[in-house]
Amino acid sequence: MSYLKIDRVVKSFPLAGGKEALVLNDIRLNIEMGEFVSIIGHSGCGKSTLLNLIGGLTQVTTGVIKLEGREVNAPGPDRAIVFQNHSLLPWLSVYDNVKMGVRKVFGGTKTRAERHDWIMANLDLVKMAHAADKKPGEISGGMKQRVGIARALAMEPKILLLDEPFGALDALTRAHLQEAVMDIHARLKNTMIMITHDVDEAVLLADRIVMMTNGPAATIGEVLSVPLDRPRHRIALASHPEYIRAREAVLRFLYERHRFVEAAE
Amino acid sequence: MNVTALKTTPAQPAEPPVAKVLPLPAAALRSQWPGKVKDVLLTMVLPPVAVIVTLLALWQLALSGGGASLPSPLEIWQQSGDLILNPFYVTGSQDMGLGWRVLTSLERVGVGFGLAAVVGVLVGAVIGQSVWLMRGVDPLFQVLRTVPPLAWLPISLAAFMDSRPSAIFVIFITAIWPIIINTTAGVRAIPQDYRNVAAVLRLNQFEFFFKIMVPSAAPYIFSGLRIGVGLAWLAIVAAEMLTGGVGIGFFIWDSWNSSLLTDIFVALLYIGITGFVLDRLVAFIGRVVSRGTMT
Repeated sequence: MSYLKIDRVVKSFPLAGGKEALVLNDIRLNIEMGEFVSIIGHSGCGKSTLLNLIGGLTQVTTGVIKLEGREVNAPGPDRAIVFQNHSLLPWLSVYDNVKMGVRKVFGGTKTRAERHDWIMANLDLVKMAHAADKKPGEISGGMKQRVGIARALAMEPKILLLDEPFGALDALTRAHLQEAVMDIHARLKNTMIMITHDVDEAVLLADRIVMMTNGPAATIGEVLSVPLDRPRHRIALASHPEYIRAREAVLRFLYERHRFVEAAE
Repeated sequence: MNVTALKTTPAQPAEPPVAKVLPLPAAALRSQWPGKVKDVLLTMVLPPVAVIVTLLALWQLALSGGGASLPSPLEIWQQSGDLILNPFYVTGSQDMGLGWRVLTSLERVGVGFGLAAVVGVLVGAVIGQSVWLMRGVDPLFQVLRTVPPLAWLPISLAAFMDSRPSAIFVIFITAIWPIIINTTAGVRAIPQDYRNVAAVLRLNQFEFFFKIMVPSAAPYIFSGLRIGVGLAWLAIVAAEMLTGGVGIGFFIWDSWNSSLLTDIFVALLYIGITGFVLDRLVAFIGRVVSRGTMT
């Protein structure tokens, strides 16, 4: 029995006039504990919908998603989400943003002092402890995303869901945050699912890459294992034959077999 | 002129030996401070003072010819100056300073507006959660909010049979509509991201209200409160004219009946300044509370 089991999941949204828009069709995926899975596909293929289904923010139409054998049908702190646009609450300080989740999850099990140490430990993990008292408006986009990761990690989730977390960042900042995520994954050994549209990011970070076909009625086209040793270093990998092979396979999938066709509108 | 001249003197020391002995930073500090005061006086205080003095002069010129039906500024000062100079005297049940009357009116506004704020924000928060409910009540609210405050008074008097609760109800019902409507808009405008965060954290309704909704909608809520407090102050004066008792509104009506026109002008000054202060107070609280809400 796998850790996270996505079984024959179909998601459709009702349209005006009684019709239905089929977004995801027959998604089957098993994810093991501690695995890092990247989901890649063209815009509009339903990647985010799939992540929202796992997160419980939307419900499956048919099929089932099970985490440790228990059905997932509502959001919860065991599946923390790092949102694309950080979603920090601007009126709370960095510390208080993390504290909100910690109080909710550990309010009954940790003392106030333990919670404080836990918040600071998580901010430290993303190297943001120095900015604990700053408001989100006072820090850069990359820093906000670091805090978003700390907030999610501080809830000690079973699965960390990352919804294109670095999409809005510049290339250098993105590289830094990719290192940070790899570092955290190596240290905490937690299960992570990351949506991306960046081929290099997918190959660099993931144990397996889930490639999705184009929508409507998108499904999983191919799953590619990336058998590269960790820790991975982007410069060393750049000429690694396995890395190049994986990168080429993803590119072929995306640009040859499932080329993004502009919607005929 | 005298004042500014005095304040600038330290900037240009008259005796050179003194300037040599004094350490430079201290001298610089001293010359900077009066300079700032001078700037503020010139840019912030001078324009309104000049305009007010000009208008008073025009008023005086227009009405000093004799036979005018309204008093001139000098007449107001001569006949009712004591009302301006002594806001807090008490010599009888109906003979007291305007400061006391304003405070009595403010107490009524405080109760009525306070109730309107609490009920308005709660009702707005509930309505804002449901598109269906919002569509249902919006036409009703849009109609009710245009009803003038005084039109509520007869209904209110009939319902409460007493002037005090009637006046408070009129304030309440006048001030509540903009508060409800703005709170509803603020709740509708909460970004989906914040709702997602709340969902992942499994915040309950109570936590969602205080931790997400109120801070997120604070700018909307406070612009509603600001409109509401202005309307409440408009309503109290009108309501007191009819219900009597102690209060700035009744004072105007009483002065009219006693043909004390000059007293009415002084009362208008009090009402205007109080309304201005109320507006600024709510705006200030709003700025403090919603600090950091915008990014």
